[in-house]
Amino acid sequence: MSRPEDHLPPDLFYNDAESRKYTTSSRIQHIQSSMTHRALSLLSLSSPSLILDIGCGSGLSGSILSSVAPEDGGPHVWIGLDISESMLGVALEREVEGDLFLADAGQGVPFRPGTFDAAISISAVQWLCNAESSEESAQGRLTRFFNGLYASLRRGGRAVCQFYPRNEEQKRMVSSAAIRAGFGAGLLEDDPGTKSAKTYLVLTVGGGELAGDITGVVEGLDDVDVVDGRRGGGKVKRGERKGGKAWIIRKKEQMERKGKVVKPNSKYTGRKRKIAF
Amino acid sequence: MKLLTLNFLTCARRACKSSADAFPLHPRDVELEIVEAEPNPSFLSNILPRLEWPALVTLCAELGLPGLPGEAPEVAELTAGEDGKGGKLAEDLHRLLLETTVKEGALVCGSCGHEYRVKEGIANFLLPSHLV
Repeated sequence: MSRPEDHLPPDLFYNDAESRKYTTSSRIQHIQSSMTHRALSLLSLSSPSLILDIGCGSGLSGSILSSVAPEDGGPHVWIGLDISESMLGVALEREVEGDLFLADAGQGVPFRPGTFDAAISISAVQWLCNAESSEESAQGRLTRFFNGLYASLRRGGRAVCQFYPRNEEQKRMVSSAAIRAGFGAGLLEDDPGTKSAKTYLVLTVGGGELAGDITGVVEGLDDVDVVDGRRGGGKVKRGERKGGKAWIIRKKEQMERKGKVVKPNSKYTGRKRKIAF
Repeated sequence: MKLLTLNFLTCARRACKSSADAFPLHPRDVELEIVEAEPNPSFLSNILPRLEWPALVTLCAELGLPGLPGEAPEVAELTAGEDGKGGKLAEDLHRLLLETTVKEGALVCGSCGHEYRVKEGIANFLLPSHLV
């Protein structure tokens, strides 16, 4: 599968011709709208909200946000960021309802803290993994983006970012950048292993009415297998006291594995010295 | 760009993040336009507690729009009235926040003086790399 981000930066790749092609292709429209609906169901907004759309492009997902029926908690008001002028030009022609900004998400999110109820991003985050000049790095761009996003969401807010990760490493890079910014992060994968696999990064901001992280988000959904890759925090094995014999032997083994020179174990290992007097 | 958005927008430069003057941005030579929109009372009452009211009052003064009360109205006032729609207050707020838009002009940061151009309602927040 060819990846557009390998060829050109987003502001140049999505020129007038490419933007028009992207917006008018019924196949892309269909995929975009199904992903937006999926993201909306993960956000589970119950009242009309202010939503940030990162990489809004020509407003395909935005027009879905503005057309949510009142009984489903809509219509939402959205603000879109995109780096491609041509895409925004197409959005203007389509007369979308949201406010548009020509901005690079990798430079941060220029809104004051606690602005948004939620954020969505459809097929955009993978563009942040490319640095176009030597002055910036992919890590730095991701960090600035997630820090800005974290600050601009209100407590208890959620963000769902659908993206196309190149490989496992990129998946890890994106989610660890989000976790470092303070988010509770989890990945939801639809149709994993197939050509049409879709990866959703579900981000939660602590506080508010939300219970826990992504496991709380997907609780009510069908057909979702939860794979918890988190390590349990430093569990002490039973019968092992810090400084005790079992502990010392374990530490010695650990050091031996690292290639350190370790004294052999004997019956005296971990014993207290007798008081000499 | 709606005036509602302007109430949340700050300067994009990292150096301005800690400065109190980076919010609100000041409009310069702006051309306003009214874009009709469906009234959405529940959105208004959702967003009202998050508005920075003093910033909205200064903005209205700078744009020469009719004055606002110095104190932010309560959410309850929006849902008051005989039909539960808050009557004139909700109407005025809807007009001001969601229908009044900035079409052309510039927004200026009070801290660093950087000017963000607005063209056809789209603000340019791309920063040259030495300003990031």
